[in-house]
Amino acid sequence: MTEGRLVLGPFNRVEGDLEVHLDVADGVVAAARVNAPLYRGFERMLEGKDPRDALTITPRICGICSISQSAAAARALGAAMGLTPPPAGEAVMQLIHAVENVADHMTHFNLFFMPDFTRPIYADRFWHGQALDRFTAMQGSAQRAAVAARAELLHILGLLAGKWPHTLALQPGGVTKAPGARDKVRLSTHLRAFRRYLEEVLFGAPVEDFAALASTDGLKDWSRGDAGLFLRIALDTDLENLGRGAGRYLSFGAYPLAGGHAFRAGVWDNGPQTLETSAIAEDLSHAWMLGATAHPLRGMTLPDEDMRDSAYSWCKAPRLDGRPMETGALARQVIDGHPLAVDLAIRGGGVLARVTARLLEIARTQILMEDIVRDLDPAARFMEAGSLPDQGVGAGLVEAARGALGHWLRIEQGRIASYQIIAPTTWNFSPRDSLGIPGPLEAALAGTPLRPGEETPVAVQHVVRSFDPCMVCTVH
Amino acid sequence: MNLLWLQSSGCGGCTMSLLCAESPHVFDLFADAGLNVLWHPALSLETGGDVRRILADILAGRTTLDILCVEGAIARGPKGTGRFQMLSGTGVSMLDWVRQLAPLAGHVVAVGTCAAYGGVTSAGGNPSDATGLQYEGAHAGGILPPEFRGRAGLPVINIAGCPTHPDWVTETLLLLKAGLFTSTDMDALGRPRFYADHLVHHGCPKNEFYEYKASARELSEIGCMMEHLGCVGTQAVGDCNIRPWNGEGSCTRGGYPCIACTAPEFEEPRHPFTETPKIAGIPVGLPSDMPKAWFMALASLSKAATPERIARNATADRVLVPPTIRKPRR
Repeated sequence: MTEGRLVLGPFNRVEGDLEVHLDVADGVVAAARVNAPLYRGFERMLEGKDPRDALTITPRICGICSISQSAAAARALGAAMGLTPPPAGEAVMQLIHAVENVADHMTHFNLFFMPDFTRPIYADRFWHGQALDRFTAMQGSAQRAAVAARAELLHILGLLAGKWPHTLALQPGGVTKAPGARDKVRLSTHLRAFRRYLEEVLFGAPVEDFAALASTDGLKDWSRGDAGLFLRIALDTDLENLGRGAGRYLSFGAYPLAGGHAFRAGVWDNGPQTLETSAIAEDLSHAWMLGATAHPLRGMTLPDEDMRDSAYSWCKAPRLDGRPMETGALARQVIDGHPLAVDLAIRGGGVLARVTARLLEIARTQILMEDIVRDLDPAARFMEAGSLPDQGVGAGLVEAARGALGHWLRIEQGRIASYQIIAPTTWNFSPRDSLGIPGPLEAALAGTPLRPGEETPVAVQHVVRSFDPCMVCTVH
Repeated sequence: MNLLWLQSSGCGGCTMSLLCAESPHVFDLFADAGLNVLWHPALSLETGGDVRRILADILAGRTTLDILCVEGAIARGPKGTGRFQMLSGTGVSMLDWVRQLAPLAGHVVAVGTCAAYGGVTSAGGNPSDATGLQYEGAHAGGILPPEFRGRAGLPVINIAGCPTHPDWVTETLLLLKAGLFTSTDMDALGRPRFYADHLVHHGCPKNEFYEYKASARELSEIGCMMEHLGCVGTQAVGDCNIRPWNGEGSCTRGGYPCIACTAPEFEEPRHPFTETPKIAGIPVGLPSDMPKAWFMALASLSKAATPERIARNATADRVLVPPTIRKPRR
């Protein structure tokens, strides 16, 4: 197709439901509209409930970022209670959260993103045989190694959090299980096994070497492991210039530990800026939602059951100071000042940048997880008691694998009066706002080239999946 | 055997849990068992038109559908249209897709409590009017009537759990493939009995605390969580403490209560999840099959007999007092 409209769906290998509408002109995407076609209404379910029930309900928004939802709910409640976990409890919470984020990055790379390069459309490329061998869906040798390594990594959550997904181990005052010395050595064992997988399979080299890459040029020379295969494919298919971002990034800061966030909070708009969360507002003009643009502490979720024609998604459009923001591993690493991520962002922040940032973060987080376990003191306290106020407000701002996740809670008469959630993909896959400004994915898709006769353009799929969308979180 | 997996109104967590299968991992297990995945929304290559053609081939009878797995509840709203979840690219609601596909399937498998009974998707005021496939909560009849049967003659198989244990799903599929799963292998709520004939209480590491009603008062204390913290492991079906999760975990091993996620309507317990409802200081819920008077008598007797070791440990976050070591008889 060179002119006309395309509707893409079912759009799979994204978490949840996604439909993409394209206007095509001159063989490229002229405009894109992104529809999140599933509404469940979690925010409405929570109204009137005991505030503690948010710890059971909100993880079940999402089976892939369940811990992130737990962590945001625990922080929002803790803020309302004036309660913070003791340092050791906080460290274990962050370890639990880091394991989920790394597992999600692994799942994205191996199961969601790479299989697109096994498509017959690439049969003439020099790397296609390798891609087939490694990433054929449900059969490829890399996929099989990845699910095995991921399952073993998640034993850490069996040990610390009872199970994954959907744990109740993360609480406003800390974690429900105090790990002993025996747990500590077992945790180290699981992390050593995971490092072995990373160094033998994903990177083919010490994780420190990948984490030390400082420029796009250095990155392009990386030849080892599945990361090397990805980079050969990325260079050949020009993923660097595909799906470029607007250069505006948001991070709430990941892994708050004794010395501050391991990956710092902030905003990047062609350079570092400070984050003012009071400037966040959700625009409902193109969402099947009723109400005015509002900050999440004053916002509400009232679905437009008539699904008016001027709207096209159940997803609201969050804006920071009126502007759409991209969030995720690339945003986090740019805002944290990692030189490779900053260089990738300055050079356009496209598909190559987003996928590389996830690999970079896997390497950096492995080192962080090892540090947390090394410093774990089994004699410490892991939980602090507290009590719920009759009235109060609280915000829980964390970083899920896919980016900035916020819960905003208002308690009245001991019950939840309002609960609003902005998930990472709500930011990334937001529809247009009242000024007609498209969301980050919609903007990134503009200009994407189509091949003649393509019904579900493969380049569009690369761009969409480069964001690692979580659609079940998006609308919640 | 051809298997089609659809994700309806849920969180995708049962698939994420399925990927935690081990010995062997899920891809080897499917391949070894001869389970041919026609399409899975998180795992398959096919996107867009290719998926629509897979579905069209099933509807037209060109492809045999042996097992239809549905993960997630079915949204009926708004106003009975099902438009709260459209299967993208098809212009058709998931409600209509499942109603069309279910009669064509040899077996229909509801993966997770949402698909079985509505689950968390139907919590609170049930904003999307969601229900399970063949049950609405504990009542027979969801989007499929109580008398619905798959082509092979079974009602919807309800692998309830939030999420499902990976082995509950893989073993149900293996039993179906082997022809070893019949109606007598399902309990009264359609759950596979191989895990639903057990209680979460079985194998719970807090059993000694339970025996003496030595109770934790706050989360993080290692005593029994039945008296104060909402644990219903003595009533909830599941082999969670017999065959643990993610290596060696379970809810109670993780220090938090069982909330009976395998049961219909667990999402609305009518009390805070982590608080036990009581009347005159006595917990309302009794262990399964236990006469109330006996429970009361045994509880007061055992509470009075609690050894100091167990009483002290119950309210600590780790074992403070070890068991006394007996000297060997000479």
